[in-house]
Amino acid sequence: MSLAKYDAIVIGAGSVGCPIAYFLTLEGLKVLVLDGEHSVGQGQNKAAIGGVRATHSDPAKITICIESLEIFSTWKEKHGTDIGWINGGYCFPIYREIDEEKLKVLLPVQKSFGLNIDWVGPEKIIQLVPGINPVGLRGGTYSPHDGQISPLKAAAAFWKESRDRGAEFLFGEPVTGLLRSGGRIEGVETGRGKYYADVVVNAAGGHAGEVGRMAGIEIPVVPDSHEGGISAPMKRFFDPLIVDIRPGPEGRTANFYFGQNDRGQVIFCYTPIAPIVGTNRSVTSEFMPVISRRLIELIPRLRNMLIRRVWRGLYPMTPDGIIILDGVREVKGLFLAVGMCGQGFMLGPGVGLNMAKLIVHGKPGIDPEVFSTIGFYRDFHAKRAEALK
Amino acid sequence: MFNGQEMKALEGEVITSALYANGIRVFGHHPRDGAPQGIFCVNGQCSQCMVLVEGISVKGCMIEVREGMKVASCEGVPELPGRDGLPAFSGIKTISTEVLVVGGGPAGINAAIELGTLGIETLLVDDKSELGGKLTLQTHPFFGSREDCYAGIRGIDIAHILTAELSKLDSVKVRTGTTVVGAFHDGKVGMYGGDGYFLVEPRVVLVACGAREKGLAFPGCDLPGVYGAGAFQTLLNRDMIIPTERLFIVGGGNVGLITGYHAIQAGIKVVGLVEALPRCGGYKVHADKLTRLGVPIYTSRTVISAEGDEKLESITTAAVDESFRPVEGTARTYDVDTLLVAVGLSPIDELYYKLAEFGLECWTCGDSAEIAEASAAIFGGKITGRKIARALGRDVEIPGDWESKQEVLRSKPGAVVDWEVPSGDGKAFPVIRCVEEIPCNPCVDSCSMCSIVIPGDPIMGLPEFTGECSGCLKCVVACPALAITLVRPDAGEKEGTSIVVVPYELEPGGLEAGMEVRTVDFDGNPVGTGTVVKMRKAPGDDKRLLVSIEVPSQQAVDVAALLELEAEEGEMGGGIADSISDDTIICRCERITAGEIRGEIRAGVLDMNILKATVRSGMGACGGKTCTELILRLYREEGIDLDDVTLPTERPFVAEVPLSAFAGIKGGDGK
Repeated sequence: MSLAKYDAIVIGAGSVGCPIAYFLTLEGLKVLVLDGEHSVGQGQNKAAIGGVRATHSDPAKITICIESLEIFSTWKEKHGTDIGWINGGYCFPIYREIDEEKLKVLLPVQKSFGLNIDWVGPEKIIQLVPGINPVGLRGGTYSPHDGQISPLKAAAAFWKESRDRGAEFLFGEPVTGLLRSGGRIEGVETGRGKYYADVVVNAAGGHAGEVGRMAGIEIPVVPDSHEGGISAPMKRFFDPLIVDIRPGPEGRTANFYFGQNDRGQVIFCYTPIAPIVGTNRSVTSEFMPVISRRLIELIPRLRNMLIRRVWRGLYPMTPDGIIILDGVREVKGLFLAVGMCGQGFMLGPGVGLNMAKLIVHGKPGIDPEVFSTIGFYRDFHAKRAEALK
Repeated sequence: MFNGQEMKALEGEVITSALYANGIRVFGHHPRDGAPQGIFCVNGQCSQCMVLVEGISVKGCMIEVREGMKVASCEGVPELPGRDGLPAFSGIKTISTEVLVVGGGPAGINAAIELGTLGIETLLVDDKSELGGKLTLQTHPFFGSREDCYAGIRGIDIAHILTAELSKLDSVKVRTGTTVVGAFHDGKVGMYGGDGYFLVEPRVVLVACGAREKGLAFPGCDLPGVYGAGAFQTLLNRDMIIPTERLFIVGGGNVGLITGYHAIQAGIKVVGLVEALPRCGGYKVHADKLTRLGVPIYTSRTVISAEGDEKLESITTAAVDESFRPVEGTARTYDVDTLLVAVGLSPIDELYYKLAEFGLECWTCGDSAEIAEASAAIFGGKITGRKIARALGRDVEIPGDWESKQEVLRSKPGAVVDWEVPSGDGKAFPVIRCVEEIPCNPCVDSCSMCSIVIPGDPIMGLPEFTGECSGCLKCVVACPALAITLVRPDAGEKEGTSIVVVPYELEPGGLEAGMEVRTVDFDGNPVGTGTVVKMRKAPGDDKRLLVSIEVPSQQAVDVAALLELEAEEGEMGGGIADSISDDTIICRCERITAGEIRGEIRAGVLDMNILKATVRSGMGACGGKTCTELILRLYREEGIDLDDVTLPTERPFVAEVPLSAFAGIKGGDGK
């Protein structure tokens, strides 16, 4: 049994836990990261397609992702490690009047946060996405400052930088209990021993709810899942991440999205209308037949690309679809960075930065009013559907 | 048309074979480092033979040529052709079946025959255009027992017999040219082939996919011209292509030995064979067939490097010590254009484990279950077929002796015993040079006088000749190993000479009556000279000749064959590395070197999923089928306990599938 004393323990070495650990080490803390998987990023990180955008509609997500973009896009010059950053922007091609109106209404809000996003005509969309189906294309939004990153490389990079700054990582060691005393957190317990720290961060992704229950708190995070796939490499022919927000003709899919990564592989995913709730991560037979038709209808030439691999990843969902970043009042020293709703990868660095500030300085970096909208004690059932996921 | 040059090809031939027949060995260059890409598996498993057909990337070994087809080499990352018209979609079919048998080799077909005989609805799928699996590549007569598993018949003929039997069964549907590409969480199995992509929803699955060849890592192992024995057999025996002039083989198991023999039959010079163990793992009779033809077999020796610019030009071998480390000062270099890697097989069992994980009732047999001879797979298939029938509630017996027979056929060869020089006093007697216990008995059944017996064990034991010989020669024809000759004492025209009848399986070429030939004993040592008296076709076996040679009587029992070839000495020299050198390619798809992977291992990476993320080993088209075992070897070399290493996660698809197939676009591209 070990009795090591750390400044902070992070539960989860994924898209969120790794950046938190990194920024805590930048604040000079002695950090331990625990994960039940055998190495870094083996939960949902490797299931992410790697798109990073600040062009959301929710103010908290916008501000946090502006920070993520800054961290990701400057990573190589700061640390020398290539994490596959492509500054290709995001493009939402639009074919329906109702969708055009929806996006145009959002533009002033997005611009008020300083985002570089605008409505562009069909010619520009065709230029950005060669081969896109021109029939009925009304134009769309394009935000050139967004981009994509390799999730696999990013997690490994955060891991390495954190270790270089003294963070310890223990893998294959799931947390089995939270140690508490008089309303304060004291550490965590695993099958192998107890680890002590005054600060514990729950960044357990799909397992966030279970970890919460170990401290007697109920965190409203329920994982559902999305499937994804990747092609063989091809010569780069489009740069932006593309989001088609129409519902699918088959009646089972909401939007779908895809991009061409730094190796020329197309990575793709759709949002099922009926959520597949649960933690199973094996692929269903339905995914490829459904997504193939949607991809080909949008860009017919994609029919000749070879599909290499498919997978399924979890979306740890909150009731209102908005993330939770907060300290737990009932258990002092316990912090939550959970319920990323499938966007943990793009939110991760910004979340890490703000959590480190909240933990060390008592307040986040972003506007406290905005930060309060993602607190744990908000009304999760108040009406606040995001205009744009 | 290849790269703008017109070429002739046979109808039904796959692209890679057509290119090979036209002398093309390099099909493109890798995007990472421009390395030449040649054939490797010829089995649709890797993507090294990727070529562009009308601008679209395809695996050359899976697509048949058509007249007027425009093929181009795949140089770097291919471009997606700008075909922007909207194609017509049709849905994806789902087929239900009681039993799905994956793999139409000896195990799968026999299981399907048992199931079909009982009227059980069965779908048998196989990725090749013809059933039979590796049987179709085997032009040599089989060992084993005649009554149970077609011993003495050539593999390719067994495939035809089994396929004909299967076609009589109404409840069995067969889909050839169809690859199982993935198993899904909902219990469905995805298939891709000539009929496009479809799903199968089975109640029970039998995985009988056979085995894949293990790889060997050394500098240059990725050069075009270095490939597996299975690939070679496919080119030679299925597609009738002579892919090489000078061949070297690494691996002395039955696969390596038999392939060497096939090569010689096709007129290819086999320069040598190395085996790292002190003794060949294959049957001695197979090894002896090679040595008698003058092929040197070097034991306790391995290949340490392959050299060449764009394609293989030479290989270097070295002696190895007891821990398989190369010994300084023993290197020899041989000029060859092809190196066959035949260092063992590993079961293809991923599908079995995946389906079992998804809760499907799942069985496995043949090489997928345990690597053994095809004769054992035949029995394994029969037994498993009946077991499945019983599990499905059918009242059927499994004969009590089936399992024990299968056990015997699975046996590894026993000890080599000293050969007793036979003698006979009649007008003729057979000389049976069977000195190693292997499961085989066709000679016993062949003898018209019932004079050949196996005392004790009815199949594993060694046959003995007792009693009378009519000189009918049936045993000489029957022995799959060419290990029986017939001596007619003092029957030569010249004083003091006898006639020896030896089996001969090469092209007769310049061989004719009256010719003087050099003779060798069973181990390939020179005996003397003799005169060819007569040549005739072996009855019932059109690929084998019986050659009568007049030899001095005192040499008659020693003569086992004619000497065909002279052995070549390799050139001495070359330095030796005692482990896989850093520049050796380990992951062929992504071209990741041993050095890159070793760097990560030394940095503490124990999870192969992280290797995928950081150096990308195993991220290519084949999904880690070849490199996973080689990476484990690197871990071992670094002194890491393999129990501490996490294996990579396996996900669909087993082989790449065009997006159009999933959308049910007819004709693939749907132009």
